[in-house]
Amino acid sequence: MNSSPPAGRAESSRPVASWWLLGPGLLWMGLLFVVPLSLVLVISFAERGTYGGIVWSFSLTNYLDLLHPLYARILGQSILLAAVTTVLCLIMGFPLAYYIARTTPRRQGILLLLVMIPFWTNFLVRTYAWMFILRTEGLLNTLLLKLGVIATPIELLYSNTAVVIGLVYGYLPFMVLPLYVALEQVDRTLVEAAWDLYATRWAILWRIIVPLARPGIMAGCLLVFIPSLGAFLTPDLLGGARSMMVGNLIQHEFLVARDWPLGAAISCLLMLFVMGMMRWLLHATTSHSRQEDAS
Amino acid sequence: MKQAGGWLWRLSLANLLFLYGPIALLILFSFNASRLSATWQGWTWQWYRALWVNQALLDATANSLWVAAVSTVLALFLGVGLAVGLDSLSGRRQRQIEQAMLLPLVIPEVMMGVSLLLFFVLLQIPLSLMTVMMGHALFNVPVVVIIVRARLKKLDPRLMEVAADLGATYWNTLRYVTIPLLRPAILGAGLMAFTISLDDFIVTYFTAGPGATTLPLKVYSMIKSGMSPEINALSALFVIVSMCLIGLSLLVQRR
Repeated sequence: MNSSPPAGRAESSRPVASWWLLGPGLLWMGLLFVVPLSLVLVISFAERGTYGGIVWSFSLTNYLDLLHPLYARILGQSILLAAVTTVLCLIMGFPLAYYIARTTPRRQGILLLLVMIPFWTNFLVRTYAWMFILRTEGLLNTLLLKLGVIATPIELLYSNTAVVIGLVYGYLPFMVLPLYVALEQVDRTLVEAAWDLYATRWAILWRIIVPLARPGIMAGCLLVFIPSLGAFLTPDLLGGARSMMVGNLIQHEFLVARDWPLGAAISCLLMLFVMGMMRWLLHATTSHSRQEDAS
Repeated sequence: MKQAGGWLWRLSLANLLFLYGPIALLILFSFNASRLSATWQGWTWQWYRALWVNQALLDATANSLWVAAVSTVLALFLGVGLAVGLDSLSGRRQRQIEQAMLLPLVIPEVMMGVSLLLFFVLLQIPLSLMTVMMGHALFNVPVVVIIVRARLKKLDPRLMEVAADLGATYWNTLRYVTIPLLRPAILGAGLMAFTISLDDFIVTYFTAGPGATTLPLKVYSMIKSGMSPEINALSALFVIVSMCLIGLSLLVQRR
């Protein structure tokens, strides 16, 4: 083998070698992620042909079309459902995250695993489980009828309620994990000090824990809000005719109505929204940690 | 805070019940002898047996496994390269690429689906299992990069420096030092990518052409055409298999 190469050789071959490693991956992501998304942006300014094709032109018609009350209603509803989902996830996830952050390391590992596993299992199947429970002849109605709580089955499936249940179910782990990370870092001695000074439980929660865990709360909320906003499967399977969300609208324009430019315009709007929120989060959390460093 | 600990635990338990209850009920009722009602009428393997002789389902399973295998190998090849290569970039560049890698994971999946559909159609690439594989390798590259980089950051950089000092070239260091040390992460990332590919519905839905039916697409069309106990059985199998794969992946990464 090479006995004594000049000391600088490994160093000097490094930049070239690393591009050989990075190149294929970057090329792949560029070709299949950046280029397609750019195409969506370009297409959003084109027009729909008579038979559903794309007429290359530059117009803002698609964006102006989005102002139509029908689309505005769907956009508004998506934001509302995603917001309700986020709040519910926060309320439900907080105690769990707090418990995990405070328990013994061994339990921590097990509980984190339990939270993570459903989030990696098939989303379609998990949504189907709720169809099975909520439908008219489903588990919940059968149970309630047997117990005599209701006389006739109630319509639970195909409603906005069902959509929110499905979304909370699907994205709860996204809330718990960042919350746990943030709560884990909250200094216990601060809580104990407040306790010693006779602070009430609410005061400790609102004035110590929540402010310190803010980056985690924000990250969790965003990680739930974004996929909920763009959800397709949940409203498609659990929602009714009136529960359409942005994701369904995009799918409808692309695959059913064949109005690709309009579908692209909706996608761009959604993308803009998502990017804006991501930037805001990155900015808010990094400036927060900088403040901490300075003090 | 003993008291508070009590109700915190109960609330946490309620959360876990919410996460696992529906799956557990689905698995339980996949053994229910009754065809239509949600009342319990005794145990049966009947629905599982029905799956076994359903040729369309077996074909879809074969497609799914094939897509998952190819896209995982591709994602590992590209992702490990990226993860290792990123180390030799300056801190600022490194962070930029790492942050950009998160983007495919956070944008709504529908967007990724339609953008790929548009890309393939405009380039006149016919939709097939191959386009599905490309789509899956796209969302799996960031998964591999994140897992492998997390491990890479924990490695002692002196190990690589020693190799270089002893005269190993960049490639030899990589081959005999870095990659072997990364093996658990690579294996874990591969299992994770395989599972995600197996489970994916949305990107597949937009990039699959006629005849390129994967298992989730098949399940979806079965659900859309009405409830049946066979779907319960298939779903139960699906959940159990992906839970096992994920559990395995997390275990391997702990090593």
